[in-house]
Amino acid sequence: MAAARHENRIGLWGWIGGGRWGIERYAYSLHRLTGLAVLLYFLLHIVVTSLRAKGIYLWTGSGFFHKPIFRFGEYLVFAAFAYHACNGIRLVLVELGVAIGKPIEPVFPYKTSLRVQRPLLIAVMIVALLLLAAGGYSGLTQ
Amino acid sequence: MQNTRPEQRTIRFHVSRFHPENERGPYVQSYEVPVHEGMTVLDGLHSIKDNLDSTLVWRSSCRMGVCGSCGMLLNGRPGLACTTQILKIAKTDLSVGPLPNFAIIRDLVPDLSSMFDKHRLVHPYVIRADEAEIHDPSGEFYQSAEELEHYLQFTYCIKCGCCMAACPTLATDARYLGPMPLTAAERYNADTRDGGQRERAQVTGSSRGAIRCHYAGECSRVCPKGVDPAKAVQLLKRRLVLDYLHLARKSEPCKKLKGEGSGSVMPKIATAPAHTVEARKEPENLLQHSSSATIHRP
Amino acid sequence: MKAARLWTWHMAAGVVLFFVLGLHMGIMHLGEIGHWFAPYGNLAVSIANSRFRDGMLTFTVGYIALLAIGLFHGLYGLRTMLLELTLRPAMEKAITVFLLILGIGLVGLGTWAAVAAHGVALAGVKG
Repeated sequence: MAAARHENRIGLWGWIGGGRWGIERYAYSLHRLTGLAVLLYFLLHIVVTSLRAKGIYLWTGSGFFHKPIFRFGEYLVFAAFAYHACNGIRLVLVELGVAIGKPIEPVFPYKTSLRVQRPLLIAVMIVALLLLAAGGYSGLTQ
Repeated sequence: MQNTRPEQRTIRFHVSRFHPENERGPYVQSYEVPVHEGMTVLDGLHSIKDNLDSTLVWRSSCRMGVCGSCGMLLNGRPGLACTTQILKIAKTDLSVGPLPNFAIIRDLVPDLSSMFDKHRLVHPYVIRADEAEIHDPSGEFYQSAEELEHYLQFTYCIKCGCCMAACPTLATDARYLGPMPLTAAERYNADTRDGGQRERAQVTGSSRGAIRCHYAGECSRVCPKGVDPAKAVQLLKRRLVLDYLHLARKSEPCKKLKGEGSGSVMPKIATAPAHTVEARKEPENLLQHSSSATIHRP
Repeated sequence: MKAARLWTWHMAAGVVLFFVLGLHMGIMHLGEIGHWFAPYGNLAVSIANSRFRDGMLTFTVGYIALLAIGLFHGLYGLRTMLLELTLRPAMEKAITVFLLILGIGLVGLGTWAAVAAHGVALAGVKG
């Protein structure tokens, strides 16, 4: 009879788990979270905007969609989109092997592809922050 | 007189314990271990076994980062116990657990068989149409130093399982092949002697293959040999996309320096010295089970 | 290989969305870009301006394309996350079918709305 084993899979905590992880791990977690947030908004957006075919324009007038809390929520969705889009471009480049460098002979201390693509990560995060600032400025001035 | 003995400190080891016949799940047992500079986690475990608790179980062998046996979760991060200095990662406390994402056999011993099963799935060996040449070679394959570099980094993998334990996808997805087998696949795909890319793509391009990697990068961060599995998996994905879009460069497996199917020998390459041992012809039925020619001493 | 093919399209859809969704947001929320497609006052999302854009065939086609590409990218991404939970094969199949039906349904709804709004806008111009 085979001896009993104890399953030791981390589970969902492994997706977001803190600890001694690197920045790309958090970029990955945030990418998932922002993706879900944008998708949820998108599904509601489709339904709300489709109603215009029946002459219902829910986003006009002075209802819930004009309350500051909703406007702030909209800004968060924009922030999620800005992050997801910029990080997504980095991922496309990395996953097509563009920004990770060529295989090298591993000599200690090891240099990994993470370090090669790090400038790209920083660049897209700066673009995301600029978009956030522009979106915030536009929202406040409207 | 100057004291040359290294300074000793006591570190509290919090070790995960599990005995399948006595316990339903793992629990943590603490030990106070005198530690001095230069001691590795493996030394600390030996110290516990020798002086405090002889029932503690782990797996280790070479104690120098070559065999890949002693992968463990050290203060929440996978690494080799034999190459990790205690005082580099612990000031007062050190948690030592078995590698996650693998079932625990006992205490700190993970069951790595799931990883080796997945490794087998990607056909981690040179595949060629002229299979007889693999078993009974008539000459050397031609491969330049530059071509060697395309996969050399990935050959350093010692199958310790640290990358598999750090992978966030494997934290929930038991079917995902994981960084180690996919790196092995890319190692052979990038080898100019190999012609098995299409065969491997059946597995690496499936729903349990490379597309389940989202570049969290942990595998490369924890790899104790600098193999950079994240890089290998991205190169594998690139290969899959280019193949699908018919943009991949057509290439044939390399030819031989001499013998059947040989190419032209590059100038300035010295002639190989004569064999010191003679290859023995294996009977046909044995050849099917053995991939290496046996030798007999003169 | 089918999985790798779908994933390739998921990635391509993401790149398209980066530009097209960015453009969509710019038109709707940035006055500097939006005023080209919002001749009736400063508010690009007002009823009059919405009807003006609905009357342009480019926008109707663009909305439908954005809808299909966005839904494919989003729902495939959600499916990816769900399929990484080691569910039973029957459950995985059920999720795939459910998301497929949801996607097709929403594309249908959005297409109907875009085409109907296009008709309403053109009727308004003629009337």
